[in-house]
Amino acid sequence: MISVRGYFHSVRLDREKCTGCVNCIKKCPTEAIRVRHGKAEINEQKCIDCGECIGACPRKAKYVEIDSLELLNSYKYTIALPPPSLYGQFPPSVTPGQILAALIDLGFDDVFEVAVGAEIVAAETRRLFRTGELKGPVISSNCPAVVRLIQVRFPELTKRILPLDPPSEVAGRIARQLKSRELGMAEEDIGVFYLTPCAAKVTSIKAPEGGLPSYIDGAFSIQQLFPLISRSLKNVQGRGRQQRASGLGVGFGIPGGEVKAVGRENSLIVEGIGNVDNALEELEMGHIEGIDYIEAKACNGGCVGGILNVVNGYVAQVRLERIVRELDQVHEPLEERWPNLAQLNFKVPRIRVEPRPMQPLDSDINGAMAKMVAAEGILRTLPGLDCGACGAPSCKALAEDIAQGKSNANSCIFILRERIMALGMKVYNLAGIGTRMEEQRGDKEEGEE
Amino acid sequence: MEENFEQTISLQFELKSHDFVQAGEASSEIRRRLKKLGFASDVVRRAAIAAYEAEMNVIIHARRGRLQVEITPRQILIIAQDEGPGISNIHQAMQEGFTTAPDMIRELGFGAGMGLPNIRRFADEFNISSCAGEGTSLKIVIYAGEG
Ligand SMILES: Nc1ncnc2c1ncn2[C@@H]1O[C@H](COP(=O)(O)OP(=O)(O)OP(=O)(O)O)[C@@H](O)[C@H]1O
Ligand code: SF4
Ligand SMILES: [Mg+2]
Repeated sequence: MISVRGYFHSVRLDREKCTGCVNCIKKCPTEAIRVRHGKAEINEQKCIDCGECIGACPRKAKYVEIDSLELLNSYKYTIALPPPSLYGQFPPSVTPGQILAALIDLGFDDVFEVAVGAEIVAAETRRLFRTGELKGPVISSNCPAVVRLIQVRFPELTKRILPLDPPSEVAGRIARQLKSRELGMAEEDIGVFYLTPCAAKVTSIKAPEGGLPSYIDGAFSIQQLFPLISRSLKNVQGRGRQQRASGLGVGFGIPGGEVKAVGRENSLIVEGIGNVDNALEELEMGHIEGIDYIEAKACNGGCVGGILNVVNGYVAQVRLERIVRELDQVHEPLEERWPNLAQLNFKVPRIRVEPRPMQPLDSDINGAMAKMVAAEGILRTLPGLDCGACGAPSCKALAEDIAQGKSNANSCIFILRERIMALGMKVYNLAGIGTRMEEQRGDKEEGEE
Repeated sequence: MEENFEQTISLQFELKSHDFVQAGEASSEIRRRLKKLGFASDVVRRAAIAAYEAEMNVIIHARRGRLQVEITPRQILIIAQDEGPGISNIHQAMQEGFTTAPDMIRELGFGAGMGLPNIRRFADEFNISSCAGEGTSLKIVIYAGEG
């Protein structure tokens, strides 16, 4: 399960479907995509698996690499980890308990709510603030796309990331440990599967960034399971299964939920990768002061806005808010609601996210400066339309690619046209056609007079 | 290109009084460039913050001015020059918390009196000179090595 360096990405391209249009290159927040030879190419080092390009592609050529349900057969016992966003995918008449029952009906042996993991992480976060070990501003470690954005674009801020394993991993660990004890089964015989709303979570399972291996064996998408869950909901006929998480944990799926759960008043809530990027720049510049906690989510509306959900994010948000309100009535602490859990004496594992800064123009500063100067000269010759036809997101990006020897000026259709015209003139002159035609024209003009 | 030829990149930004639309653009651009050039992230941050504070001081306190930046592999030199009221008591202006920013500016979130002290804190070399009634000029140097 430990990832090999050499970046794993869950966002993939179906080359057959890609027509080489420019929609995705413009949407990528790290400018990781270029179109070359008529197909999109994703730069592995820059990609943060946010999934923006998946939404931008009109031909559905970008997809998320998820596991096949057959993987369930490789384990003696299987546990599903449903995240809060899943609860928002069904009409208000369907309770979380029924959704959990449906997951069992469709073939999982057990379920463990990610929201429970969220409650545990939130409690530990509150404790660390209380003891003074954590001092603001702390950035949530929950959204893997944000964690990767920080690694790539704001390396200085990696030390501000909450040093705790995120809720999905905590849920995975506890689920596995509890079951292994209860059944006397080896931990490896138990398959733990996350039901993902997004690409980023898949990446974080296959290639975690905090220095710890993932405790999750695979990921199925909410879209993939939705039809099966819907069918199973009919089978369970309204019978629910005991649902353990409180509103605090389930609230992690909607904006502001995390801040509420960690109980810090001076907090910042940002959603949408572009907004997160802006906020992090402000933070790096020291313009955000007196803030304890930053809840930053790559998707608009938080995880209910994840690309692998079924229902519109805003609709799901309203539904989830309702569920949270109802669950907010639950007040007993988690240990009382779940005695076995207390016995486990679980400690949230610590993580440390290392920077992974974007490649500069050159490995040596002097070389990079020469390339920047060259790129500027090239940029002045480009039309400045940022049309994307060259396969780069902007004229500036193309100029830098050319300066780095990764592309050439002929990629710009305007330059190419000019060069072809100039070449045409040359051929035309060389062949002496020019002079002959001029003579002819001269004859004609004379004739016309 | 010759092996030991040392590159220089010079940038210039014109600044106007109370131009809050452009405000911060110059230092943002400097930050972007330094990152692209591969300077250590701590160097980038210190240079960007110093440039930002110098930029904002011109926009907030002076009539007009200019930010000049000279980047070499060894250091980043930032010069901010303006025409404006100048600072009559530099020692006082350098104190943390000292500000003459009017309420209107403070409502925008500026005027904590931390700009100049922060520049001094982040700079490896810092020089300020001012002539009351004429203008102010700052010279800030950030070394690119470990600092
Ligand atoms: N370029 C300038 N022209 C005229 N006066 C200046 C200039 N820069 C600073 N000052 C004076 O020095 C004072 C202190 O400057 P400093 O940058 O430390 O704080 P500030 O600009 O008032 O607030 P902050 O920078 O925290 O927003 C200013 O209030 C102003 O009176
Ligand atoms: S906000 Fe949630 S759904 Fe979106 S990328 Fe981050 S973790 Fe995934
Ligand atoms: Mg100031």
